Amino acid sequence: MRHILNILDLSVEEIDELVATAMDIMARPDVYSNVCHNKTLATLFFEPSTRTRLSFEAAMWELGGRVLGFSEASSSSAAKGESVADTITVVSNYANIIAMRHPKEGAPLVASAHATVPIINAGDGGHNHPTQTLTDLVTIKKELGRFNNLTIGLCGDLKFGRTVHSLIAAMSRYNGIKFVLISPKELKLPAYISKDYIINKNIPFVETTTLEEGIEGLDVLYMTRVQRERFFNEEDYLRLKDRLILTQKKMESAPKGMIVMHPLPRVNEISTEIDSDPRAAYFRQAACGKFARMALIMKLLDLKVGD
Amino acid sequence: MTVDSIRNGIVIDHIENGKAMKIYQIMHLENLDCPVAILENVVSKKQGKKDILKIDGHIPFNIDLVGLVSPEATINIVRDAQVVKKVKPELPTKIEGILTCKNPRCITSVEQGIRQAFRLADKDKLEYRCVYCDTKYSE
Repeated sequence: MRHILNILDLSVEEIDELVATAMDIMARPDVYSNVCHNKTLATLFFEPSTRTRLSFEAAMWELGGRVLGFSEASSSSAAKGESVADTITVVSNYANIIAMRHPKEGAPLVASAHATVPIINAGDGGHNHPTQTLTDLVTIKKELGRFNNLTIGLCGDLKFGRTVHSLIAAMSRYNGIKFVLISPKELKLPAYISKDYIINKNIPFVETTTLEEGIEGLDVLYMTRVQRERFFNEEDYLRLKDRLILTQKKMESAPKGMIVMHPLPRVNEISTEIDSDPRAAYFRQAACGKFARMALIMKLLDLKVGD
Repeated sequence: MTVDSIRNGIVIDHIENGKAMKIYQIMHLENLDCPVAILENVVSKKQGKKDILKIDGHIPFNIDLVGLVSPEATINIVRDAQVVKKVKPELPTKIEGILTCKNPRCITSVEQGIRQAFRLADKDKLEYRCVYCDTKYSE
């Protein structure tokens, strides 16, 4: 039995296999429509998240499986003070696989110690969000056709942005990668992330504080939201949130073949005028999320087409 | 000031100045009923000032915990008033049930019954990270 708590729990070969499965599901959805017959996914969302929960549920429905769960802690026994360990021990009896989001970092690790079914971390605070990264990887492969030889710009909140940290960790395992890190000084990438995944691997990188300087020569521009809930202090949030906004004017300096990605939801960091630009890949990226999760559910349940 | 030599026990020497009490606490030496001496600000040629801990009795303990607090320390095992073995502590790769994660967003801050655990993330920087949330340990 496998749990996926961190994108690095998956080897490069396993990611390649999952991405290939996700793309095959996109091409031939009917073939997969009954793979999870008689299987149940529990979506335990101790913290609300529209996109992630719905894409997990859509994924399971489209695989022919069933879904149960809750969408916020207040509608679960957690509101009465039940521990993660107890909740997971109980729910393991009702489902074949669990996707879990929790505001506390490391909660999925606690869950995995008590679960008798596979646990998928659907986001734990500012820590990990492996299915978002798997979604990002499916998007990059679908849009650009490769993982090697890419210049990837990451813009916005690089300090608290868990999707940024996971994407850097995942992409650092491929060849010919360059990173351009675009953020205000206050929200720079933490030193331990740059050390572990960039510097120690001799990956070239540039740090800049403006989008204008960073955007040229990129294959991927990964925008992130400056998240209010990651700040202890409202004043810092208000001061920093508008610094790096992608506008049509800035897009004029971007390469024609570049794609703009965003884990969503956005606030104002990408102007809506860019939505119609063919390089705006963020809504296509959200669509990839369902297929990435379908591939992962199948893998963890050890199900293949024809089973 | 004179502190008698011990006949059978452990002398932890070359402890970084000011860290002996921390070792005392982390090893829970307050639970022993044999004589224990904490020497602080002892003049040392190499260190300027150092601390020494003398435990007059053989106790089971995790040597690596000493390394966690003061990696330069030396542990001398004494039998019949002779040092029979000198041990240099190593940094433990995992520490359980001793350090506490200070990250308010860590699951260990709310979930009952979790044993706190840290992994050695950077040997050169003596950096430990919580196995649950990856936050760096700070005192």
